[in-house]
Amino acid sequence: MSLVKIEGLCKSFGGLEVLRDISLDVERGEVIALIGKSGSGKSTFLRCINGLEQMNSGTIHVDAEPVEADERKLQKLRLKVGMIFQQFNLFPHLTALDNTALALRVVKNMSAAEARAVGLARLEKVGLGHRADSRPHQLSGGQQQRVAIARALAMDPVVLLCDEVTSALDPELVEEVLQVIRRLAEEGMTVIMVTHEMSFARSVCSRVVFMHEGRLHEMGHPEEVFGNPKTPELRQFLGQTASAATAE
Amino acid sequence: MIQSFDFSALSDYSDVVRHGVYITLLLITVGAALGLAVSILCVWARLFCPAWVRIAVTSYVEFVRNTPFLIQLFFIFFGLPQLGVSMSEMTAAIVAMAINLGAYGTEIVRAGVQATAKGQWEAATSLGMTRNQAFWRVVLMPALQKMWPTLSSQIVIVMMGSAVVSQIAVQDLTFAANFIQSRTFRAFEIYFVVTAIYIVLAALVRLALRLIGRWVLATGEVP
Amino acid sequence: MTDFTLQQIIYALVLGARWTVLLSLSAFILGGILGLVLMLGTISQRKWVKLPALGFIWLVQATPLLMQLFLIFFGPALFGKDVPAWMAACIALTLWSSAYLAEIWRGSVLAVQKGQTEAALSLAMLRGQALRYVVLPQAVRMALPPTAGFMVQIVKSTALASIVGFTELMKTGNILSNVTLDPFVVYGLVAIVYFCLCYPLSLVSRKMETVFDVTR
Repeated sequence: MSLVKIEGLCKSFGGLEVLRDISLDVERGEVIALIGKSGSGKSTFLRCINGLEQMNSGTIHVDAEPVEADERKLQKLRLKVGMIFQQFNLFPHLTALDNTALALRVVKNMSAAEARAVGLARLEKVGLGHRADSRPHQLSGGQQQRVAIARALAMDPVVLLCDEVTSALDPELVEEVLQVIRRLAEEGMTVIMVTHEMSFARSVCSRVVFMHEGRLHEMGHPEEVFGNPKTPELRQFLGQTASAATAE
Repeated sequence: MIQSFDFSALSDYSDVVRHGVYITLLLITVGAALGLAVSILCVWARLFCPAWVRIAVTSYVEFVRNTPFLIQLFFIFFGLPQLGVSMSEMTAAIVAMAINLGAYGTEIVRAGVQATAKGQWEAATSLGMTRNQAFWRVVLMPALQKMWPTLSSQIVIVMMGSAVVSQIAVQDLTFAANFIQSRTFRAFEIYFVVTAIYIVLAALVRLALRLIGRWVLATGEVP
Repeated sequence: MTDFTLQQIIYALVLGARWTVLLSLSAFILGGILGLVLMLGTISQRKWVKLPALGFIWLVQATPLLMQLFLIFFGPALFGKDVPAWMAACIALTLWSSAYLAEIWRGSVLAVQKGQTEAALSLAMLRGQALRYVVLPQAVRMALPPTAGFMVQIVKSTALASIVGFTELMKTGNILSNVTLDPFVVYGLVAIVYFCLCYPLSLVSRKMETVFDVTR
């Protein structure tokens, strides 16, 4: 069975249909890029996978664990799914190390020493072992996002959801975060990421999914999707992004 | 043994209640108008008056905000006559409310004035206005508009607080309640009904203030 | 007219002020406990918990404290029960404080960004854990200045207890004013004692505002 299995996912806010009958299988070790215009449902899709948004119909399984409304069951699922946000969402009252260690203690019932050891190891993995005692507001945006990644990794998830993780960063800080994700991908981590970094998607991802008006409009290997787009919507979207990129 | 509720006694006293409602509304209308005037004057004084006036204003604001309304009322009504300043119960109540609201209002309006962009002052003075003119003609209205919701809440708070003026025999709504209570001993029913009337009055006052905010302040062209 | 020295008046007022302090403290502590429960109620996902809590807060804030006090003091007589003045004052002030404190704290909890809860939930915390370890520690910092500010309101509101006959600071003032026939001095002094109780709290509240602003 696929690591992430999504079938017939529908979601609407009020009367507005945001996701329409989405089905997708993600295998272990795949790195999926979700692309598309804003408002096409990418973020909502991602947030359904760990139950931050409740779906209206359909089923989602991650490593055989279903997404359900029940809180305890959601917790079991979320132990397998890490999430990284556009706005980092670090806990401002805790140091970088405590950010990584908190859930280990609270959720996994580790001892303080054990949790700190795991947290520190993950911070070192993202190159921030030396900033363990810094508070979030003392770190740059790129560093904060790397702490957020370390925090998610500390829980040993089987899949990582990345929601526009570089969109809130100054241009010169984007690369250090992408670097970390690239390394994770190389180590075999399964990643589903919403991104606007087309060149990154092209070079790192195993599959690119283009979303349009709440549907999976077109997907395939990056070379195919970027090199030979089949639908006019994707062509138009890629044309716009390309011109936007050259304009920058 | 539990007695049954009996609201019928109240209907005999509807005139008393009506008079109480009238007085309570009169108090808050005049008190709020005067209180707002005091607030604006105090903010003006803090900006344009010599240091000793500014200190006096600050002391007034701090002293009123840190003492109960009841003591302010009693001091004005019972204490001041010793200095030869006597006033009727109604006047004392209105003065106390205006002074009380004035202190809170000063802080609120001041916050609104401080939030006004520096550019507004500069634009006005570069057009040849004095800073004093700029205050009255350019800065004040937007500041009042901006803080109107906060001012409105404060006015409603002062109205709730005005229930204690019954203690100096002003015949407001609470006075009516106490009066009927002492005649009929139906305390629960009376205070229940009068509390409900206060809820309605507060809603009315809030509505009136919103309309004032919309018609007078928002469309308020500079005179 | 009985002759009282200024000293005697001040001494009597300070004795009365002890009850004002005691009443304020119990209203704050009991109101705080009830307010915490109410606040948790208002942020509950369950409608039958949330709506009554919000309704209670609204009701208390929409009615004069004096009416609430009268209802509690005179109301139980209907059932043949007498409530002593101090108890009525304590109950009324507790209920009243709880509503306002709940509202202040609710505001602070809601001011903690939604992303914080989402991050905590994504780390597999339960709702309660997210609240306890992530949201509340941040909300407490925000809530401290307005909470200290509200203590001033509590102290001032205890003066209403004098109206139902509880001999705290205000009532002591009334009695002294009647016997000395010198309301100007007595009420002036009463006001000063209230000011001495309230002003430090106001200063602390203002100080905290600047302190907690910077550490953020």
